[in-house]
Amino acid sequence: MPQDPGKDLAAVTIAVTGVPGDEPPKRADQALARRRQRVAYGILTPGGIYLAIAFIVPLILVVYTSLQSGGLLSGGYTFTWAFDNYADAWSSSSQFFARSLLYSGLATLLSILIAYPMAYWIAFYAGRWKSTLFFLILVPFFVSFVIRTVQWNFILADDGLLFGPLKSLGLLPDDFQVLATPIAVVAGITYNFLPFTALPLFVALDRIDKRLVEAAKDLYASKSQAFRKVVLPLSFPGLFAALILTFVPATGDYVNSSVLGSNRTTMIGQIIQTKFLRQADYPEAAALSVMLMVGMLIIALAYARVLGTEDAALAAGAA
Amino acid sequence: MSAVQATSATLERPPLRVKRKRWTAYILPVFTITTIVYLASPIFVMIMFSFNVLQGQRQIAEFTCCTLNWWTELFAIPSLNEALRTSILVAVPSAIVATALGTLIGLVLGRYQFRGRGPTNFVIFLAIAIPEIVLASSLLSMFVLAKTPIGFGSILFSHIGFSIAFVAITVRARVQGLDRSLENAAQDLFATPLQAFMKVTLPLILPGIVAGFLLSFVLSLDDFVITNFVGGSVNTFPTWVFGASRIGVPPQVNVWGTILFLVGITFAALNLVGSFRASRRSAAAAETAGAALRGATGA
Repeated sequence: MPQDPGKDLAAVTIAVTGVPGDEPPKRADQALARRRQRVAYGILTPGGIYLAIAFIVPLILVVYTSLQSGGLLSGGYTFTWAFDNYADAWSSSSQFFARSLLYSGLATLLSILIAYPMAYWIAFYAGRWKSTLFFLILVPFFVSFVIRTVQWNFILADDGLLFGPLKSLGLLPDDFQVLATPIAVVAGITYNFLPFTALPLFVALDRIDKRLVEAAKDLYASKSQAFRKVVLPLSFPGLFAALILTFVPATGDYVNSSVLGSNRTTMIGQIIQTKFLRQADYPEAAALSVMLMVGMLIIALAYARVLGTEDAALAAGAA
Repeated sequence: MSAVQATSATLERPPLRVKRKRWTAYILPVFTITTIVYLASPIFVMIMFSFNVLQGQRQIAEFTCCTLNWWTELFAIPSLNEALRTSILVAVPSAIVATALGTLIGLVLGRYQFRGRGPTNFVIFLAIAIPEIVLASSLLSMFVLAKTPIGFGSILFSHIGFSIAFVAITVRARVQGLDRSLENAAQDLFATPLQAFMKVTLPLILPGIVAGFLLSFVLSLDDFVITNFVGGSVNTFPTWVFGASRIGVPPQVNVWGTILFLVGITFAALNLVGSFRASRRSAAAAETAGAALRGATGA
C-alpha cells in the first residue's frame, strides 16, 4: 500500500487496481468499500446497458409477443394475454419437440463417447503435443459451420465421396442411403457440436493433478481403478458442462436438419424459423421459443446450482 | 481460447516401472488422431472441391481433378460478393464495440467483489448457453414490436450483443490469472491509478483482449441463426450459402471458404506467437519492477 498519499488517492487506487485477496487493506472501512463498489458499477455500466437492451429486453419481449393475438391481415397483432397460443403451439408441435430432444440427446451421447477418450488422452498422455492437438480440435471453427454442414451433404450423398466408392466396390447395396435420413441429421449434429463437447472435458481433465493418479497407483490401484475412482469423479464438472453445452444448443439447431435431413426429420428449430420468417405467425412462433427457452433454462439453472455460475461460465468460456 | 492459457505444465517424472508398450497403448492415440481427421474432413472436402472440374455452376458430389477456374472467377457472382462485403462490414465494427464493452465487464467481474456479481455472472453464462434460435426469435420480436426496419443495422446491433459475453469471459479469465504483486509494486512506486492501469494492468491483459477481439470477429463472421432471423433481405456469407444450398452451392463458395480459413489460421498462429511473446514480456516487466523496487528501497 502507498505510504500516505492521501486517503482519497488510496481509496481510488485500490478501487481501480484492486486489492489482493490475501492481503486486505489495513484501513479498509465501509466508505472505502462503498467507493469501490461505485467504481465497479461505473465500469460495468456501458456493457451492462448494452447487454440489457440486446439480451434481457428481447427475452422479455418474446414472452410479450407470445401472448398476442390477431392476424397480419386483420390489422396486426395486439397483446391480449392469449395463453391459447401455448396450447395451440404445443398441440401442433409437440412431436417436433420430442424429435428434437431425441436427436439432440443421441448426438450428445455420441459426442461424449467420442470426445471423452480423446480429451483424456490429450490431457494425460499427449505430453509436448498437448497444445497442438488442442488447437487442432479448434480448427473446424475457422470454416463457417454452414459450409462444413453443406460439405457433409457431399460426403454422405448416395453416390458421394464416402458411399460412392464403397458401392462401386460392391461393399454396400446400391440403394443404401444415409443422406435425408435421421442418421444423417444426428451425425451432422454430432459433428457440429463435438468441439463444444471436447473443450470443457479437456479443460476439466487437464486441471486434474496428475500426481493424484500416481498416488492411487502407489496405493496399488490398477490402471482402471485409478481411472474410475480418481479421474472420472474429478472430471464430473467438465462432463456436466459438456452435456449442457452440447445438448442445449443442439436442441434448437435447424441447420443440420435443413441441409442433411428431409421433411421427415423436421426439428423444432425449423418450425420456429418457418413460423417467424415465412408465415409471420409471430405469437405462435414466440410461444414455441418461450417453451424451448424455459426448458433449457431449467437445465441451465440446475447446472448453475450444481457448479456455481462462475464455473459454469468458465466451462462455457472454454468453448 | 481461455483454456489454452489455462493449460498447466504437467510434472514430468520418470516412470517407476519401465514396461514394454503393448498394442493397447496405441488405441487412444490412434482414436484421437482419427477424430481430429474426422473433425477436419469437411475442410479437406471444401479445399478439394474448390479445384473441382464442373460442367455446370453448382457443386456436385463427384470430384474430377483439377481446375483453377473458380479461383480466377472468384468475383463472378455479384450477390455473393455483396454478402461477403456485408459480413466484413458487420464483423469489424461488431468486434471493436463488443471488445470495448466486453473488456470492461470482464475487468469488473475478474477483480471486484460487488453486490450483483453473481447475477451478472449468471447473465453472462445465460447469454452463452442460450440456444441461438431463442435469442434470434427474441431479437426479432423486439425489432417487430419496435417497428425497427431490419437489415444491416439490426444485424450489427445483434452481433455486438451476443459477442459481448464471449469477450467478457475471455478477459475475465485473463484478469483472474494476473499476478497482483506487479500492480502493488507500481502503486508502491507512486504510480497514479491510471498509470498503474495503463502501464501494468493493460499490457498484462492485452492477450486476453486480443483473443476476445478475434473470438468476436470470428463469431460474427460465422453467425448464421441470428443473422437469418434479424437480417431481413440482407445476406451475410453464411446466410447466402444456406440459401444457395437448397439449389446447390457454386464452387466459388469453396474458394472463399478456403481463403477465409487460411486467413483465420494465420491470424490465430500470429496471436499464439504474440501471447508467447507477451508472457515473456510480462516476465521481463516483473524483473524490471523488482529491480526498480530494490532501487527505490535502496536495497
